[in-house]
Amino acid sequence: MSDSIIGAGPKRIDGQRKVTGEAPYAADHHPDNMAYGYGVFSTIASGTITGLDLEAARQSPGVIDIFHHNHFPELHRTPSSMAQGNKVEETRLPFEDNRVHYEGQFVALVVADTFDNARAAARKVGVSYQRDDAIANLDQGVKAHGTKPGSGNHERGDAEGNFDGAAHSIDVTYTTPVETHNPMEMHASVASWEGDRLSIFESSQGVVQQRGALSKIFGIPPSHIRVESPFIGSGFGSKLWMWPHAVAASVAARETGRPVQLVVPRPQMFTTTGHRPETRQRMRLATDDNGRLVSLRHESINTTSFTDQYVETCGSVTQSLYSCPNLTVSHETTRVNRGTPTSMRAPGAAPGLFALESAIDEMALAAGVDPLEFRLNNYADRDESQDLDFSSNHIREATEKAAEKFGWHDRNPEVGSMRDGHEIVGYGMAACNWEAIKRECEARVSLRADGTAYVTCATQDIGTGTYTIIAQTVSDITGLGLEKITVRLGDTSYPNGPISGGSWTTATTLPAVAAATREAIKELKGYATSEKGDFADVDNDSDSLVFENGQLTHDGQGVNYVDVLKGQKLASADGHAHTQGADDRYSYRSFGAHFVEVRWDPGISNLRVSRVVSAIDVGRVINSLTARNQVEGAIVMGLGMAHFEATDYDARNGRPVNNNYAEYVVPVHADQPPEVDVILLDYPDLEFNEFGARGIGEIGITGMAAAVANAVYHATGKRIRDLPIFKEKLMENIPAVQSA
Amino acid sequence: MREFDYARADSPRQAVSTHGSNEQAAYLAGGTTLLDLVKIDIMRPEQVVDINRLDLNEIETLDDGRTRIGALVTNTALARHERIQSDYTVLSEALLSGATTQLRNKATTAGNVMQRVRCPYFRDGVSSCNKREPGSGCAAIEGHNRSVHAVLGTSEHCIATHPSDMCVAMAAIGATVTVEGPEGQREIDFLDFHLLPGDAPEREHNLKPGELITHVTLDAPLNNGRSGYLKLRDRASYQFALASSAVIVTLDGDTIVDARVALGGVGTKPWRAHEAEKALKGQQVSESSFQRAAEIAMQGATPYAHNAFKIPLGQQAIVRNLTTLTA
Repeated sequence: MSDSIIGAGPKRIDGQRKVTGEAPYAADHHPDNMAYGYGVFSTIASGTITGLDLEAARQSPGVIDIFHHNHFPELHRTPSSMAQGNKVEETRLPFEDNRVHYEGQFVALVVADTFDNARAAARKVGVSYQRDDAIANLDQGVKAHGTKPGSGNHERGDAEGNFDGAAHSIDVTYTTPVETHNPMEMHASVASWEGDRLSIFESSQGVVQQRGALSKIFGIPPSHIRVESPFIGSGFGSKLWMWPHAVAASVAARETGRPVQLVVPRPQMFTTTGHRPETRQRMRLATDDNGRLVSLRHESINTTSFTDQYVETCGSVTQSLYSCPNLTVSHETTRVNRGTPTSMRAPGAAPGLFALESAIDEMALAAGVDPLEFRLNNYADRDESQDLDFSSNHIREATEKAAEKFGWHDRNPEVGSMRDGHEIVGYGMAACNWEAIKRECEARVSLRADGTAYVTCATQDIGTGTYTIIAQTVSDITGLGLEKITVRLGDTSYPNGPISGGSWTTATTLPAVAAATREAIKELKGYATSEKGDFADVDNDSDSLVFENGQLTHDGQGVNYVDVLKGQKLASADGHAHTQGADDRYSYRSFGAHFVEVRWDPGISNLRVSRVVSAIDVGRVINSLTARNQVEGAIVMGLGMAHFEATDYDARNGRPVNNNYAEYVVPVHADQPPEVDVILLDYPDLEFNEFGARGIGEIGITGMAAAVANAVYHATGKRIRDLPIFKEKLMENIPAVQSA
Repeated sequence: MREFDYARADSPRQAVSTHGSNEQAAYLAGGTTLLDLVKIDIMRPEQVVDINRLDLNEIETLDDGRTRIGALVTNTALARHERIQSDYTVLSEALLSGATTQLRNKATTAGNVMQRVRCPYFRDGVSSCNKREPGSGCAAIEGHNRSVHAVLGTSEHCIATHPSDMCVAMAAIGATVTVEGPEGQREIDFLDFHLLPGDAPEREHNLKPGELITHVTLDAPLNNGRSGYLKLRDRASYQFALASSAVIVTLDGDTIVDARVALGGVGTKPWRAHEAEKALKGQQVSESSFQRAAEIAMQGATPYAHNAFKIPLGQQAIVRNLTTLTA
């Protein structure tokens, strides 16, 4: 199949529905008699609710009910197990008690007949507090109560013993701020009950996990709950796990006897739906005379909430990217008065590789070696943390190819030496890396008598192209055109599918869809070879009975599968498959390298990224268009991480300050580098799955911030170890401020 | 929802009489400030007077060479107007550096003059803020004050920047604001229109209750003047200025004959730098003369915990703008 549709670049099959506004998002659903919820959110970060004045709100027009900690049914917590399919990140239920753990926490929910009435009434709710001192940031947390050990730690050899006497060493600390996902579509739930059955439209990256969590929380069987999320306006991880608003909406619907819609307002998207936590990472590296790593320690602390421990596994990549016999990775957390953090695109790896790949740059310079050569000298050839071979690893080729295309070898290594008009040009590079994961998955495929195929799976398309690559898979096996294939996702009434996260959707769902397609064909063959069939004389297992391009053929005789079904008055031939997760024969990972050109104009203190060349080794590319789109998008998000993004908290009280799209700065179109060149190596990893695809959603953001920081160092001589790289960190002559 | 009376005016007179001296009334033009602040419950007008039907959409050249702009001329229309582009380049550039196309299509000239501050402590409805709740204090002074807080014209009661780009250009050009009020029509010098926060930051401008801006009239352009707007920020678009400069110069050979300099992003009002202008006049075009003027412009600036960088950044905005215009 050299002209296979696998690897081609068909446009998204759901694209037209999206751009015409036909695709329904969660808050587009308006069941009959629907009421609207609007939250009242805490305005302190730590303390106790001492009183609620609801009089004015109750008398406000259209108000149906107001929920709060003294008026909320007793529910149960979910055990929050991903394996059991009921994970949430924030285990505390809304309105569980009168405690306030972070600013922007639900303290009441007003339900009214219209959105405007609900919002107006919510603003009339008076809340009094006993305010406690807030722990506003990582430093305050460590000072106040130290740290707690986290998970994902690793130790081999003797990193400490091999550090002191080494030929070259560095001991440096990096920090990254809180980043907030900020998908365009705000979190939203539309919940309705019929008897003891709950139906909820949610903007979700994981309908099956949400069903499981709701089942545990309400104490009803999963079969009584339907979660639907056919389209989402992206999530970046914030919609992997259900947040308190969905529980609040479900309760409000049950108690009022009406469907209830609840949308999380933009400011609370910064507080009660997760964020990437703040990190502080100490890196100690040492090499021998030849610039080979002999000791590597990556010790990370991240902030978590007072209600849950979330570990940002910054050292996850450090364990295996470079060869080093003596290595320690440790993770600790410290509690602050913020909501519970969660996965944000490339959790662990994004902040972790900022530290590691910046430190590698610093180490290379300390050892007097070109950063590119240093990496080629030190890349691991097998996974030393697991003592396993990599299933497929082309990082050297990726690095060399990107370097060549970028023109790395024309770089003058001297700091500040490359100038163009007002601007100083800097070159930087970094490796990128992400684990490849495959989970168990179910799917159902029907070959229907109208000549179409119908595919269902309770995974989601979060804007990445899942609908399209599933259709490509069915098309590849059946020969049906994409226009004849209907794919339905994001509904728990379909066979169990994975969360859309961890870059594992492709590797997880495609094998299940392929297996279900083959099962459907097998069923069809059964019909064709039955007594009433066109091939009654043929054994249904016969290799000579072939399904190709919508035809069943045997011995040169072909019958359209539609005729097989019609001949027996059958609606469809159906296949169901349940495929398993990855094995542990290999270490499965994706690799790549970013090369970045920055331009620093010291006369106006302006930093911009002018050129990016990235070579990415993610196994087989299923859709060249959507794959490239994923990497380009991740590169831009990485630029945002490098020099724009930070959620600022007032150090006095823990209040998130820049909680809107104007002041939380992400890249806009004008910040796109004029040249972004993505090279997809496209080596199938057939040890991983039959398609050879490892997944592509996250790897592009890993290493980007370090590549920018390394380029900034090359341009300016300033090593920025604290993200984001704001201009003032590069400026001279900033007057000192006398604290008042 | 929070209820308010809505009236649509057909003439400025009618708008003014409907508004009256009601302190809880507000004029509605493009709505890009008012409606946003109503939605987040920071502005709570009881009476909204919609002035969008008024016949204030003209840009006219007056006999004395000045240019009169109707209050409802949109930012887009003004920026794209031929005479504005040729004779008041700095204004066109300033407008186009602000907001987004969508916002500029809605936002009006008078509305831009009247826009409110971006200080997060003003907008959160909770923190102390002397603008929102006079006498409650200023949470920004000891708080997070990097992006939308000033170093010039601040007081111990308020340090929010005036967010407009357009007004910075107008401050450099020189302009007159024409208002219609309960007591008739009057004119206010543009530089006197916005007020420093002082000890009453809730008073942001020189309008009397009920007064409506009908026109902004630009001074005649300087003969042979070259002008430009330079806006410095984090990202390349859709962000308020961290520092910006509006500069107009006229040259005789390499000698600066006249210069106008105004600053944005660093001041509590659109900031005209008169002393810097004096320092430029008669000087030769040179980096050192630009740098000296820039230092004078930022003299007396007060840095706060997170925005001290705006002092050198403001200087850079001036020096580079002058350098480009005189090259």
